[in-house]
Amino acid sequence: MTDYNFAYLDEQTKRMIRRAILKGLAIPGYQVPFASREMPMPYGWGTGGVQVSAAVLTPEDTFKVIDQGADDTTNAVSIRTFFERTAGVETTTTTCDASVIQTRHRIPEEPLSEGQILVYQVPIPEPLRFLEPRESETRKMHSLEEYGLMHVKLYEDISRHGHIATSYAYPVKVEGRYVMDPSPIPKFDNPKLGDMAAIQLFGAGREQRIYALPPYTQVVSLDFEDHPFEASKADHPCGMCGAIDSYLDELIIDDTGGRMFVCSDTDFCEARQLAGHKGKDAA
Amino acid sequence: MQAQALSGGFADPATQSAHAFRSIMEAMARPGTLHGVSGALPPAPLSRAAGAVLLTLCDTETPAYLAGGANCDAVHAWLAFHTGVPLVGPSHCRFAVGSWSALTPLSAYPIGTSEYPDRSATLIVECPELTDSGEILTGPGIRNNAALSLPEVAAFQSNHALFPLGLDFIFTCGDRLAALPRSTKVCAPMGATEVTPCM
Repeated sequence: MTDYNFAYLDEQTKRMIRRAILKGLAIPGYQVPFASREMPMPYGWGTGGVQVSAAVLTPEDTFKVIDQGADDTTNAVSIRTFFERTAGVETTTTTCDASVIQTRHRIPEEPLSEGQILVYQVPIPEPLRFLEPRESETRKMHSLEEYGLMHVKLYEDISRHGHIATSYAYPVKVEGRYVMDPSPIPKFDNPKLGDMAAIQLFGAGREQRIYALPPYTQVVSLDFEDHPFEASKADHPCGMCGAIDSYLDELIIDDTGGRMFVCSDTDFCEARQLAGHKGKDAA
Repeated sequence: MQAQALSGGFADPATQSAHAFRSIMEAMARPGTLHGVSGALPPAPLSRAAGAVLLTLCDTETPAYLAGGANCDAVHAWLAFHTGVPLVGPSHCRFAVGSWSALTPLSAYPIGTSEYPDRSATLIVECPELTDSGEILTGPGIRNNAALSLPEVAAFQSNHALFPLGLDFIFTCGDRLAALPRSTKVCAPMGATEVTPCM
């Protein structure tokens, strides 16, 4: 561990990231540019989240990493091991025991508490990017609060599909000012973004942006009066733990079309199974 | 003086600045809450908390402005050795340190641009006392409302009115700090003699 500075990054880089985090917290939803470093993992594997985690971790922290809700996928395991080796922090898979949680594309089912920090890995931080490719223009649109185009996009969804078909990375408005990309979390998780007790930090490594939501911030999913936002999920109970209120993954289990639905949050599902809850597919 | 400038920094910069940053971040994310910071022993008149904030956030890339009594040889030498921070006037600074009376008027500092509101100054305000009572705060990071002893009200109200532009404040006193980002709405406490309406 002495081969690296604490938490891998050099101190000057951490200061730069820390300054960006503070400005991000002061202007909720605004994307602060930062000088993203190359990390020992490819872009798209959470380099932004890793840099934000490295800047906020202290040796006393307990660190958890989830990838689409799961603690045991390659991305989650390798990032967890990375910080075990470079920061010497304790790691856990239990949501309530973690002080810093790095996540890819999910918010844990269990409500987070005041001492916790949730760090998101963000691929494309700019919610307007697919509508307007030029950064110079999207900057201007944010500065002028010119978000009509986003509503046109949602309207086109309705005219084409009869409902808003955007199911993940669903745009939100923060404190009535900035439209923000919540990272590709399912829209099922959108209602948890607002009024959360924990601090939420978003890091986009390739795109070099950091943004943040302080606790108890007002976050509203964009919608229309006649097409209100709806947090949707697969209409099934979890096959393993029977939960009816958690976000589910659909798994193909054989080559005859058999499938089962299980909680995407593995810690939540395991805790429920240990507590004696059983779904219809549980062994 | 030479020896004094060399001492008083973080003994273990990586972990001490990590702890100090967590206090600063919690303070900025939850306006009105008080947090302890330790590890820095800056020369007078800087408080230990202000010293820790400077060591944690400042380096050669962040021009700083020392206002009033903070603008002395001992502080120059200490900051030069421990941070290498370039000293500038208020109009070009990223950070400013001093007492409230020395830092004002706030119109002297960069408030960012509408496309880059983050390019604004953070003011480290040395306070004779700092308690979680007094002016009423509401906004992001605050569940219902919070209270903080602020040096005045009107300046913070007009700063909030600039949102998303504006200045962010870190208040330091001894080894404690609190913060007030531009997003926070400030009201005079109930029953204050000089009534300042909410903005």
